Amino acid sequence: MLRALDGDAGAYRVLLADLQERLAAYFARRLAADRATAEDLTQEALLAIHAKRATFDRTQAVTSWTYAIAKYKLIDHFRRTGRRPASALDDIAEPAAPDESAAAEARADVLRGLEGLTPRARDLVVSVKLQEQSIAEVAARTGLSESAVKVGVHRGFLKMARRLRGQDGAPQDPASGADEP
Amino acid sequence: MSELIDRLAADLKPTPAGAVAARLGLGLGAGAGVSVVLVGMGLGVRPDIGQAVLGAMFWIKLAYVAALGLIGLWCAERLARPAGVASRRLPLLLAPLLAIAALAAWQMTASAPPARMGLMMGHSARICPWLILAASLPPLAGLVWAVRGLAPTRLRLTGALIGLAAGGAGAAAYALHCDEAAAPFVAVWYSLGVAGAAALGAVLGPRSLRW
Repeated sequence: MLRALDGDAGAYRVLLADLQERLAAYFARRLAADRATAEDLTQEALLAIHAKRATFDRTQAVTSWTYAIAKYKLIDHFRRTGRRPASALDDIAEPAAPDESAAAEARADVLRGLEGLTPRARDLVVSVKLQEQSIAEVAARTGLSESAVKVGVHRGFLKMARRLRGQDGAPQDPASGADEP
Repeated sequence: MSELIDRLAADLKPTPAGAVAARLGLGLGAGAGVSVVLVGMGLGVRPDIGQAVLGAMFWIKLAYVAALGLIGLWCAERLARPAGVASRRLPLLLAPLLAIAALAAWQMTASAPPARMGLMMGHSARICPWLILAASLPPLAGLVWAVRGLAPTRLRLTGALIGLAAGGAGAAAYALHCDEAAAPFVAVWYSLGVAGAAALGAVLGPRSLRW
């Protein structure tokens, strides 16, 4: 997030992708069957995160800032539609995450792997593998040839795998900045 | 959704440090400027201003309301952020409050009993808080503009804090006109004016600070 605030678009994209997952889960949990609204709110929250990123305090954790925005948007939604939330508003305070631990670990691993890539390689891997954009789209956007994109993704992947297996000499501490791209 | 993320990432521009404080300062400053002009043109700067700036009370008045306003603004800088808290900064308000109360008490006890009521009421007690409230409106409008571009999640408290900041600025502008010089007067009526602005901010907050 700190790099994103300084203008690193690649880091920002990784961050937004991660936050999008968390937000989608957050809204899905609290809106029960209402998938459409959950998606809408996820998008609203992402837009708000972008528009108000200047309010992020560098001494804060990204997750608490993000969930505060999510909660605000959720409460606003209920206020506008006049519906009462499925669970008490107090529950909305902190996202309970009994099912998140395995996913969170996997996510942390992926982030750790991505950390070791150059911004260009990270961009390619995230776009193709995480966001499932087509090679053609990514090639058009980055100005690379399609084969250059494929090679970039493949090499990025190999580098990530090496890092996660501890073969590239990088620190193994899972808490080392994986939360703050 | 990935298209959205692409669009947002393409739109990314670096954020300067202190962006929140700068925006709040701009809103408050612009509004305060307007207030000074309005006080000057509408009420008139006090004719003895040349003398007044040589005396302590002029600066004590100014320092008191400026302290209230600046602390309010400093707390608002935190509250204008999602999940922002100002619980360590807010108690600082006690400092100027206690100081003016102490000075007022001292002046009261130092003067003869018949003079005390006059010390507290001056000649403009009734009108003073209202004029301060009126002078707070431009800075309050400026701060509402500023905060709407930010992201407070506690709207009533944020409203109260920007009301406090606006009240301090309005009272400071008003001090250019007001020729009351007794600390008891300031402690009661200036404080009431500033508190009124804070209350107005708190009332307007939930409606006007949404984003």
